[in-house]
Amino acid sequence: MLGLRKSDATLLLFVVAITILAPFILNPFPTNSAMAQFNGGYPDLMQRFVIFGIFAIGFNILFGLTGYLSFGHAAFLGVGSYAAIWMMKLLTMNVIPAIIISVIVAGLFSLVVGYISLRRSGIYFSILTLAFAQMSYSLAYSVLTPITGGETGLQPKNTDPRILDTLFGGGGAGGRANFFGLDMRDSYFWSVGDWSFVFNTGYYVAAILMIAAFYLSIRIFRSPFGLMLRAVKSNQQRMNYTGLNSRPYTLAAFVISGMYAGLAGGLLVAMDTQVGAERMFWTASGEVVLMAILGGAGTLIGPVLGAGFIKYFENIVSKINESILQGWFAALPDGLSDFMVAVIYPFIGKGWHLTLGLLFMLVVIFLPGGLVEGGQRIAALFRRKPKDNDGGMSAQATPAE
Amino acid sequence: MGILEVKNVNKRFGGLQALGDVNLDIQENTVHAIIGPNGAGKSTLLNCLIGKLEPDTGSVTFDGQPVLGRKPHEINQMGISRVFQTPEIFNDLTVMENVLIPCFAKRDGAFRMHAVGSVASESDVMETAEKMLSDVNMLAKKDVHSGALSRGDKRRLEMAMCLVQEPKLLLLDEPTAGMARADTNNTIELLKEIKASRDITMVIIEHDMHVVFSLAQRITVLAQGTPLVEDTPEKIKGHPKVKEAYLGEAAA
Ligand SMILES: Nc1ncnc2c1ncn2[C@@H]1O[C@H](COP(=O)(O)OP(=O)(O)OP(=O)(O)O)[C@@H](O)[C@H]1O
Ligand SMILES: [Mg+2]
Repeated sequence: MLGLRKSDATLLLFVVAITILAPFILNPFPTNSAMAQFNGGYPDLMQRFVIFGIFAIGFNILFGLTGYLSFGHAAFLGVGSYAAIWMMKLLTMNVIPAIIISVIVAGLFSLVVGYISLRRSGIYFSILTLAFAQMSYSLAYSVLTPITGGETGLQPKNTDPRILDTLFGGGGAGGRANFFGLDMRDSYFWSVGDWSFVFNTGYYVAAILMIAAFYLSIRIFRSPFGLMLRAVKSNQQRMNYTGLNSRPYTLAAFVISGMYAGLAGGLLVAMDTQVGAERMFWTASGEVVLMAILGGAGTLIGPVLGAGFIKYFENIVSKINESILQGWFAALPDGLSDFMVAVIYPFIGKGWHLTLGLLFMLVVIFLPGGLVEGGQRIAALFRRKPKDNDGGMSAQATPAE
Repeated sequence: MGILEVKNVNKRFGGLQALGDVNLDIQENTVHAIIGPNGAGKSTLLNCLIGKLEPDTGSVTFDGQPVLGRKPHEINQMGISRVFQTPEIFNDLTVMENVLIPCFAKRDGAFRMHAVGSVASESDVMETAEKMLSDVNMLAKKDVHSGALSRGDKRRLEMAMCLVQEPKLLLLDEPTAGMARADTNNTIELLKEIKASRDITMVIIEHDMHVVFSLAQRITVLAQGTPLVEDTPEKIKGHPKVKEAYLGEAAA
């Protein structure tokens, strides 16, 4: 189907189903129940899932396949965002031109950064990308204030020219980001008994693009180009002595992943029309590295899982506060309840980084292949009985599953 | 004039003269063996031919074209492939993928952006790779993770990776080291078949004299970085200088 082998087509269908049904899957608890704070099915978070999913899928094409660890990919995301917001200010609040220009500008910028950084490999490459990203951040934050809005960042204003919108009279009212008139922030609410579900325009626009991005990444993984990228990671010397020039391959991977990052940056602006320089800060670059490794670098689905996992933590665990905790343990005897609250408290709310850090350590130590490896091990437990003869080998022989 | 000409090549590592005034003229379509004691500079010489090392002085000409100063991938694309002393393969990939990579390098050149169609749909390349694997008796292992192969199998795989490129010049650095006797004999047969079936020049470095005398038409003896003699296998066998180089080594 669609030029994919059967297992890949199944995976794609699975991703399509999950993204379409996300409003249900992410809101499993009734609105008024004690568990409702674990519901993630609200537009802002769902949009982040798919947008950072795109960012991580693209990052994985570089890091997962070639092994080149970039510590500066947030710069491409940020550049994409700035390009998108300028498109909205100058041309139109329709998100399509904004998204297209964000991909192009991020692609060009990553071509320059990649061309220079890829002269080195290993830790030096990582440091070069980090340096570029921090330079971009500083430029955006101060030097380039006329273009980037500096500290305050950029937002659409009523005084913006928006040439196309004025010409065609569209997009008028307050100038909201739209997809040919469909407001990105429009949502449809559906209540069933105690449950309620939200279907948001912006989410579905981003979701469709993520599915497309995911499909393209499957094609890249299975292509001769993808094979060459894995050759770079496995033995770059052998590759060169085999008559292949590894440099343009790594550069192409770098630019593709930069374009994915630009797409994510453009989409962030399409959902929430503002940009600030902090989007390019090094912690943002580090986050996508965590997403890829946590989910499973070099696997197809891993980065999407990692992105979802981290964004869920960032938004849900960070919102649990002390009084919520006390509510959970209210049924326990006083002393015990206070004890439980005291033990768990450091790991929630502002302490969510601590929980995430511990989880990350556990995954890296016990599941070097990330969440995907965890899933495979669980699946193997169930499959063990019928056919046991090739236990370890089959997992190894299909490295890019 | 030979297909490969090495003139006055010198290479120093600090105080060690690894190659001293090496001159070699290798004739097209011959098998030329280079023998010599450990540390004689045999591998260093090959390194200078494939762009891994740059000699301090001298020149290397292949097919009338200068080799020195070119990048490794350019030299390979000129038609020189090498099997390394310690197997250099793609350990993280399957046996089949290891052979597919040189197939693509041969068909598409040093770089081609081929990012949408699947590898599996490239039927010509898939067929060539499978044929090659069956020639080296490794087809049954094609989906095995190549890092898990035995040392002998890794060598055979590396040889397949080089042969599938149909190089004009094949450099073999101790291709049978670490192989069982049966595999060594299979390798000799394979190289003989390849040699008989197409135009190919081979330079083979070997300590196993059975392999050398089964294959070579000319032999160069290298000692302490300098060629001592070059002659036919028959003459080399009884040559006093050769005995001296090897026996002197053994006695010390
Ligand atoms: N990159 C290097 N740096 C420093 N010294 C080197 C380097 N490569 C080789 N040598 C030295 O040069 C000499 C020749 O080494 P070389 O590997 O060419 O020998 P060889 O004839 O291939 O021996 P063997 O039969 O053991 O493979 C040795 O003394 C070796 O230690
Ligand atoms: Mg050697």
